[in-house]
Formats: sequence, C-alpha cells, structure tokens
Amino acid sequence: MDRAFLAIGVVMVASLAAIAYAIAAERLVGLFPNRHQPVVRPWLWLAPTLVLLLAFLVYPAIQTLYLSFQNANSTQPVGLANYQFVLTDQTMLVALRNNLIWVVVFTTLTVGTGLIVAALADRVRYESVIKAVIFLPMAISFVAAGVIWKFIYDFRPPVLPQTGTLNAALMALIPGFEPQAWLVNSPPFNNLALIAAAAWTWTGFCMVVLSAAIKGVPAELLDAARVDGASEFQVFRHVTLPTIAPTLGVVSTTMVIFALKAFDIVYVMTNGNFETEVIANRMYKEMFNVRDFGRAAALAVMLLAAVVPIMLINIRRFRQQEEGR
Amino acid sequence: MAERVGSMRRAPAPRVNVASLLQRAPVHVAVLVIAGVWMLPTVGLLVSSLRPPALVAQTGWWTALQLPFTFTLENYERVLTTNNMAQSFLNSLAIAVPATLIPILVAAFAAYALAWMDFPGRTALFLGVVGLLVVPLQTTLIPVLRLLSALGLTGTFLGIWLAHTAYGLPLAIYLLRNFFGSLPREMLEAAQVDGASPLVVFFRLVLPTSVPALAALAIFQFLWVWNDLLVALVYLGGAPDVAPMTVTIANLVNSLGRDWQLLTAAAFVSMVLPLLIFFSLQQYFVRGILAGSVKG
Repeated sequence: MDRAFLAIGVVMVASLAAIAYAIAAERLVGLFPNRHQPVVRPWLWLAPTLVLLLAFLVYPAIQTLYLSFQNANSTQPVGLANYQFVLTDQTMLVALRNNLIWVVVFTTLTVGTGLIVAALADRVRYESVIKAVIFLPMAISFVAAGVIWKFIYDFRPPVLPQTGTLNAALMALIPGFEPQAWLVNSPPFNNLALIAAAAWTWTGFCMVVLSAAIKGVPAELLDAARVDGASEFQVFRHVTLPTIAPTLGVVSTTMVIFALKAFDIVYVMTNGNFETEVIANRMYKEMFNVRDFGRAAALAVMLLAAVVPIMLINIRRFRQQEEGR
Repeated sequence: MAERVGSMRRAPAPRVNVASLLQRAPVHVAVLVIAGVWMLPTVGLLVSSLRPPALVAQTGWWTALQLPFTFTLENYERVLTTNNMAQSFLNSLAIAVPATLIPILVAAFAAYALAWMDFPGRTALFLGVVGLLVVPLQTTLIPVLRLLSALGLTGTFLGIWLAHTAYGLPLAIYLLRNFFGSLPREMLEAAQVDGASPLVVFFRLVLPTSVPALAALAIFQFLWVWNDLLVALVYLGGAPDVAPMTVTIANLVNSLGRDWQLLTAAAFVSMVLPLLIFFSLQQYFVRGILAGSVKG
C-alpha cells in the first residue's frame, strides 16, 4: 500500500511545488523594472519546460547522433562503421524490410478499415455502438493486445483440438484446412499476423478521426451529386473522398510514424524471432543483449531520419496556421 | 418525411420499405460482421480467463459458452497472489498518477506563456515543440539512460516520472497552447484591466475554463503511461519491486508460455482501469485520444 501513499504524496507535493514556483517567479519578475517585466516573465514560466525538453529530448537526440559514430561503449570514433553494419548485416536488413512491410500494410489496414467502418457506420442508426466496439481496443496496451492475439494465433498439432481462435475458425470454414503455426510460419505470414494485431488496436483511432471528417462534408455537396443521378458509391468516391483528403493525409502520417516505431507487439509476441525483427526491437537488443551502443544509436538515427520529412511537413503546416491566426 | 429532415445527408428514402431494407441489408451485414470480428478477441480473452485451467489447455474458449457453465475466479486469484501482479498494479498506479499530473502542470505554464505573452522567439519556440512531437523515443534512450544512471535514478520511480514528464510535454504544451489561445481575448483583458495579476488570471480564469481540455489531456497521458512498455523496460530495468504491469506481463509471456488461463487473467487485470475510463468517460477519452493523434 505504500505505493498508493507515495502516489498521493507526490501529487500533493507536485501541485504545491507548482504553485510555489509560480509565486516565486512572479516575485522575481517584480524585482525587474516595469518595462523589462514582459520580457522576463515568459522565460520564467517556460523555464521548467525548457530544462526538461533540453535534458530529455533535444540534447539526447544530438548525443545519439554523435554516439552513432562511436564504438560499442562510446570510447572511440568508428566513422561510418555502425551505419555500414546496419545497412548490410543480414538480420538488420530483415528488420529494415519488416519495418517497410509494417509501414505499408499497417497504414493501409488501419486507414482503409477505419475509412470503411466510418463510411458504413454513418448509414446505420446504431452508429455509436459500432464505433464504441471498434474504438475500445485503443484502451488496451500493446502488451495485453499481444497476449490476446498470441492466444488467437495459438497452434496445436493437427491431431489435437485447436484452442487458437484463428485455426479453429478456418478449420470450421474451410474443409480440409491444416492448422498453421502463424507466428512461426515463414514470412510474410508471421509479420502480417503481428501487423493485424497492431491494426486491431489502432483502427478505431483512424475510424473516429475519419468519421468526424465525413460528417463535416457539406450536405449540399452530397445532395447536388445525388440530384445529378450519382449512385451512393459514386457520391462517396467523387465527393466525400476528395473533401476528406487532408484528414486522410494526417491520419496516414500518424500511422506511418507508429509503424516505424513498432516495438511492444513484436517484443511480446515473437521477440523478433522467425524473421519478424523490427528496428525498435533490434535496437533494444543491441542496447541490452549485445551492449553495442554505437549500433543501437545508428538504428535510432535511422528512425529519426525517417520521421524528419514528416516533422518538416508538420512545422510548415503550423507555420501557415500561425500566419492565418 | 419529417424525421428525415435532420438526416439529409443519408440516401433519399426509397418509396417501398421492403426494397429499401433489401437494398440496405449489405450495409447492416457488413457493419455487424466487422463489429463482431472486433469484439471476438476481447470476449475470447475474458472467457478464457474465467475458465478452469485444465479446460483452457484442452478445448477452445468458445466451448465454454454452452451449458453447463464452469466459470471460476481461480485464475485471477492465482495471478494476483503468486505472480507479482498485485504489486505491479500498484506500481503502475504509482508511476502513472504522478507521470500524468506533473507534465500537465509544467506544460500549463509554458502553454500560457506561448499563448498569451508576447516575446521574441515565441513562434520559433512553438514550432520547435511541434517538431519534437514526432521525435521517436528511441532517439533519446541511450543518453537518457546514462543521465539517469549518473544521477542514480535508474530503477526508481523518480527517474521514470521525470522521463515520462519530458516525453509527455510536447503534446501537452501543443494541446494546451491551442486551447488557451482559443479563449476570448476580451475575457483575459477585462481581468487584467480589473487589476488581476498574471498569476490570478492563470489560476482563477484560464485553468478553470480549460477543465475539458485538461481532462482529455490527462486521460491521454494516463493511458499512454499506463500502457507503456518501452520506457519502463529501459529505465526501470525490470526490477520486480518497481515493475509496472506491462513489464510483468511481458515477462510472464516468456515464463508461463502456454498457461493461457493465467496470461489472459493477467492481461485482463491490466485492462480493467483503461476499460473503466473508456466506459465512464468515453467523451473525454475519445477527445483525448484524438487530441493525442499528432504524437509520434
């Protein structure tokens, strides 16, 4: 129970500390001449944030870049050796390939299914129930989802009754179906099995965002198309889709970032065995099993490099928004 | 026709009802099938966790859905008493509650400054925060691990609170700054004209009016930390006395192997709190997750 007291204690101390800091900062601002106060105040309000961001995000990112050119325990520069290893070693190439599969398949599955469900649920009266069902897995951790799906993919020799949902269902549906060890099967099946588990949790997110966008399509546009004799599918294809294209773009980039960083599902379900390795899991192994921080850093830099274009697009988008404010 | 007014966006009502039903049947079937498939994994987990161990190993969970029912709480009892789950549950709470509150407090100050104070570098700073939103955690693991171990904070709650605080800050600042920025200027200026100091405006006016945004953010951050595996794994180092549930369950998957009845019970224990939040605060929950959508 000491844990509970600790949590409550920290909550109280942190709240009081925040108020105390604010009061102290205001006192400090008061010491400055009036005309300087508006310049000093914001930096005091920002100071805790800046310290934390610099110490835990900005400086570490730069340091990681530096470490990626160093040897395993960061005592000697090794030039581009780590990158050479990361880009030529067989297991690394498997990880890079798998992340590519993740990016393409995970993004397509989540955004595609989310779009279909959003569009269809829009047409039934029990929409909110359907959406709640699809969205619910968002509350579940990838670790729990990993357990759930490992159980679904469970395999027993064909002579025994199958306890895994997938094998049993396929055997009931397809006569003569041989049960498969889905997570061990040679790629791409096991990778697709992992991706399906991850997509199950994140489709709800895409659905909710896209559903909001679909409801925002002006009714006049839709009705005009219908008056012109367009079928419901044509209306969706030529009116709804183009209108929600920007939202589709934002959702897709979020999913791409997610697929690049995929870790928990792989760690729990296969730990990268049977050619299901991904960059983030490989990096964890390099850090804690191999103890090669240079290679781990190089892998991290590869991830960072992959998201830099997305980062720049975001920054540009917000700068335009700021100017419109 | 009156009841159709509000739903002009739907297909115009066909005249014959049967034809309409037949025409729309595929939509209903598709939606219901998808929803069924989506629920199946969770239902299977719940049913399995409630079955006697001997049966779980022999037959599929769906066979439990026929009479006579043989459900038991034995698995929960075992997993809570022997596999460190009760301790891990408390650890998860001890990690997640402060790691939710602290970043929101810190971010609120920064967001207010970025939204309502004029100073050189304000826009650049905010764009920097937007950039940090998508930086992969992995990029920071090694240096932060070294920093924490230099400070003697690896394997401690303080270390992981600090890490989660920093990782949660960009999103929290981004959200709160947008929310604060949308508050009416007249309201804030009127308070200042009345002689209210920035502190009073912030604590008495801005924070109370932002409760919905703060709640959505709190839910997102809480679930993020509660469901996190990587940060806990790296900075806590898997010591059982501080391990949260995600780490404990990930270890159980390796050590218990095919003891599905225990694994499913453990997974469900870890899901109870998020599911409660989902069902009781669905509005805020959805808003929080959506707001968090830009987090990388």
